[in-house]
Order: sequence, then structure tokens, then C-alpha cells
Amino acid sequence: MIEGIQGTYETEHGKTGLLERRLLKWRATLTYLTIGLFLTIIAATAIGPVYISPGEIISIISYRIGFRIGEFSETHMRIILQLRLPRILLGVFVGMALSVAGVIMQGLFRNPLAGPYVLGVSSGASLGAALSITLLPSIMGIYTTPIAAFIGGLTAIFLVYNIIKLCGRFTVEALLLAGIAVTYLFSAILSILIWTLNRDAHNILLWIMGGLWGADWLKVEIIAPIIITLILISYIFSKDLNALLLGEETAQSIGVDVKFVERFLPILASLITSAAVSFSGSIGFIGLMMPHIMRMLVGPDHRILIPSSALAGGIFLVWADAAARCLMELPVGVVTALTGTPFFIYLLRRRRP
Amino acid sequence: MKLEVDNIQFYYEARKVLDEISFKADEGEFIGLIGPNGSGKTTLLRIIDGILKPIVGSVYIDCRRISELDPREIAREIAVVPQIADLSFDLKVFDIVMMGRYPYLDRISLEREVDEERVRFWMKVTNTLHLAERSIKEISGGERQRVFIARALAQEPKILLLDEPTSNLDICYKIEIMNLLRALVDELKLTIICAIHDLNLAARYSDKIILIKDGRIKSIGKPRDVLTKDNLSEVFKIDAKIEYDMDSKSLIIIPLKTINQKSNNELIFPTLKENILA
Repeated sequence: MIEGIQGTYETEHGKTGLLERRLLKWRATLTYLTIGLFLTIIAATAIGPVYISPGEIISIISYRIGFRIGEFSETHMRIILQLRLPRILLGVFVGMALSVAGVIMQGLFRNPLAGPYVLGVSSGASLGAALSITLLPSIMGIYTTPIAAFIGGLTAIFLVYNIIKLCGRFTVEALLLAGIAVTYLFSAILSILIWTLNRDAHNILLWIMGGLWGADWLKVEIIAPIIITLILISYIFSKDLNALLLGEETAQSIGVDVKFVERFLPILASLITSAAVSFSGSIGFIGLMMPHIMRMLVGPDHRILIPSSALAGGIFLVWADAAARCLMELPVGVVTALTGTPFFIYLLRRRRP
Repeated sequence: MKLEVDNIQFYYEARKVLDEISFKADEGEFIGLIGPNGSGKTTLLRIIDGILKPIVGSVYIDCRRISELDPREIAREIAVVPQIADLSFDLKVFDIVMMGRYPYLDRISLEREVDEERVRFWMKVTNTLHLAERSIKEISGGERQRVFIARALAQEPKILLLDEPTSNLDICYKIEIMNLLRALVDELKLTIICAIHDLNLAARYSDKIILIKDGRIKSIGKPRDVLTKDNLSEVFKIDAKIEYDMDSKSLIIIPLKTINQKSNNELIFPTLKENILA
């Protein structure tokens, strides 16, 4: 091996480069998933008490955008545009958000069991929502609960970071532990609330289980730009997350600002989560299982993992919600957890020591 | 002068870990860093790479102070092969080596063809090209270490820092890794600073040895000047036989006993002997 190191330099022309092959694979993955998402939106819109054919749905949607293709009935247009489509689009964005937040948290903590709720966002949002349901009159109409939930989520993040400040040293382990502590604290307060004010217990529980009921265009218009912007920002950090897979020290020696990334990215992921959760309740398991499935399919490189998980998360939540709608309007959180748990057990079995 | 470490002092909380560390390293020089566990070798390597900031003193590369450089700039000058690498996810060998190119790319741009060329070159040098599409988890310890060295080299550094690159490797891989490092120094004029436990490897491969005791440089110089009977007994608390081997043209250190032992044959833990006899 010692002899002639200088002489070994030559490139292999004629052979497809590994980079080029990777790029082609990434492009194909994103193309398929985007097509899958569109087909999902059309198909899921057809599902419901009133059957509307996919062809009619396409003409209704294209009419809304400004083209006139094919025939459709006025009533069907109202069902699609006012009831089904907003709910499905809300599902797409919430699914994207939870899935990407899960990818970021798992990459950052280098722990496959981390998820979007590790900083206590879910319990914070639940507490906020519960407080608004029981105590606040609807000051801001139907948006009171989402706003209160969002503030609850932010409070959780704020608390976690202050606990760490109090303890002095910042490490990702400390972050994880502080997140667990805050989760338990908020759950305890929530339990007290449900215990003492049991007239609203049903509504609170319904919210906590998570669902996409009451979706409307305004909600979609609020949530879509927030979530898309935050996902794009997190995409900028994908190389940093890749480098962190080799450990903090290696990442730092490659030039990653580990200190900044480890402080900022959990906040970013929790903001994405809060935005999603405030409109949908804390839907479980998507943020845990989508990153795993996609890592198996496309590999651990965050430059493909983030966008493909976003698309797949959207697809999955829309189908889970379609199933929930067919099963007597179950909360969608129940459906994701029911399909998620067996998968989780499978994962645990697969993990080698 | 490539690298200059000037009067470094460092504390972890209130405990002084390094004190009055000064030395220089030339290009094409292999420096072995030896000392007992906890003597400050790893901390020193982290300070040279700019990961830790010294309380007193500075590190200079080509007369530029390292604390004034941006992390990406440092990454193009100095690369590190750390002691333990996390292997939490199944990364492909090629992708790991490619991460060495990150200091040359901005946040969103993908790797270019020239990056693949460089990565292929360094994988050939480290004899890892055939592993390119394998997962890092499924290759052997020696191969893995070569992959991490390839990743560091892909940064095109002038200085390579290694922390115990041969620990946990069997004897064949040890020699293979050390030969590779020696070749990088001789043929590509890299500067290598390598923390190492095995005194025989240090003696054989280093141009210069730095012996650290309790965060201070106890001795620095050619292997035969540093690895003396007195130094070994004072720093490592061992009584050793030191010989010169004509075949490997290097010193050989044979530890005989710890200096607390009365004779070679005495058991280290007398209570153990008593218990066995009882």
C-alpha cells in the first residue's frame, strides 16, 4: 500500500459515477412520491358518504383553479370544495410537519426512538387546548383553541430550554431529559384539569386524541405557509444533520457549528410540530414511524430523507384520515396509533444489540 | 513552520488539564503523542483542531491564529479521526467519505464531479474503494478505521490528527494503519499528530514523540531521547527493558513490571494469591 501513492490518481471514465446514480435515484423517489401525493388527494376526496367519481373531482378542482374540463354537479362541487378538500389538505400539511419534525429529532438525538414530541410540545399543546376549552370563552371564535394550543407548545419549548439553562451544561441528553420532565409536568396539570372540571372532559379527550375535524380553507391557508417555510429552513441544515450522524466531534471537525445546530434545530422542529398540532391535536406515531420507513427506503441522507418523509407523511395521514372517516369518524390519532404500534414492535424486534 | 502550539493552558471547570504546552510541527513530520490515561492527550488534540478554546495560549497554522479562523476554514487545514465514531445509523461508506467534502460546499449545493474524483482518489489510497457501496456497519474494524481516515483525507488537510487509531484493532490491522499513516507523511508531506497507547508502535513510526504527564510536556524529541528507562518509570510507573532492533530499525520496549512490584514473578494482587492458597 505504501508504494506509489502518487501514481494511483486516475479517474475511471466510462463508469457511471456514484454521485450521478444517487441523483437519479433521488429524482425518481421524489417524482414517484409527488405523483403518489396527487393521486392520494384525488382518491381520498372521492371517499365519503356521497360517492363522487375521480373524473368529476378532477374537473371540479380544475374549475376552481380556472380551467373548465368535463361536467360536474353544483352540490358535488360544494361537498368537495367546502368539506372534503380543506380537510384533506390540512391532513397533507399536518402529516408533512409531524414527519419532518420526527426526522430532525431522530437525526439530532441520533436516537431512533426520538420523535416530534420529545420537547413536550404535545403535552404543552394539549394543556393549552384544555385550558381554552374549559376556562376561556371563545374570544377568537373557533380559533381560540388552536391559538391556545400553539402557545402551550411554545411554553413547553421555553420551559425545556430554561431548565437546561438552570442546570448549566447543554447536551442533547439533557434536552431529552428536560423534555420528558416537562411532558410529565404538563400531563399532571392536564389530569388535574380533567379531574376537577369533568364537564369538558369529553371535548378535551377528543382534542388530545387528534383529528382533522372542522378543517376549513382559512386553517389551511394559515398552516400551509408556516409549515412549508419551516420545512424549507430545516432542509438547509440537512448536511449538518448528516455530519452529526458521525458524532458531534467529527461534525465539528468538518466545520459544522454543532453548538448552534443542537440548540436551534430542536426549536425549529418543535415549532413545526406546534403549528401542526394546534390545528389537529396531538396525532401520534407519524413522527416516529415515517422517518423509519423512509430511512429504510431512501437511506439516512437528510437531503433526500427530509423531502421524501414530508411527502410520505402527507400521503399516510390522508389515508389514515380517510380510514377514520369511514370508521364512524374515529379520531385519526387512534388510527395512526393502531397501525403504528405493530410497526413499532416490529422495529424493536429488528434492532440488534 | 506549519503548526505551532504556543503555551497552552486549559481547564475543565476548576481542574487544570493542560499547562504550558508548546511545540512545533513541520510538514512531513509524524508526531506521536504518548502519556498515561487522562494525561490530556485527547484534550490537546481537540484544542489543536479548534474544538476547544484554550484559556491561555494559541495554536497557529502558517502563522494564522486558529481562533480567528472560521470552522470550515479550519476543516480545510486540519482533519480529525476521533477515537470513537457514532454508528447509530446505516450509512454507506461512500457517503461517509463524501462528508469530508462538506467544507468545500455551501449549505444547499450538492457534491460536484470533482468531489467524487477526490473521494475516489482518497478511497484508493486508503484501499477502501471496493467498499464504497457497503454499509459502515457490515465491514470489519480495520476497514472501518481506513474509511474514517479516508473521510478525514477527503478534507484535503495539511495536518491530520488521530486519537488512538489502532486501539481495538488486531495486530495486522494495526501495522496496516500505521504503514498507511507513515506513507501519507513520507509521500504527501502531511503532518500527523497521533495519540497512541502502544509504545512500540509510537517508537517505530514517529519522527518525534511528545510525552505528556499530568497535562504537561515531560519530554519531547526523537524516540530514543524520549523513551528512556527513567521517563517510562516516572510517567508510566513501569520498569521496562529498552532495546534496539536491527530488523525494524526501531526501539523495542518490553515492560517487565510495575515499579511497585518487588520482582517479576510476584503477583500484582497479593490478596488474590492468598485467597487462592487458602
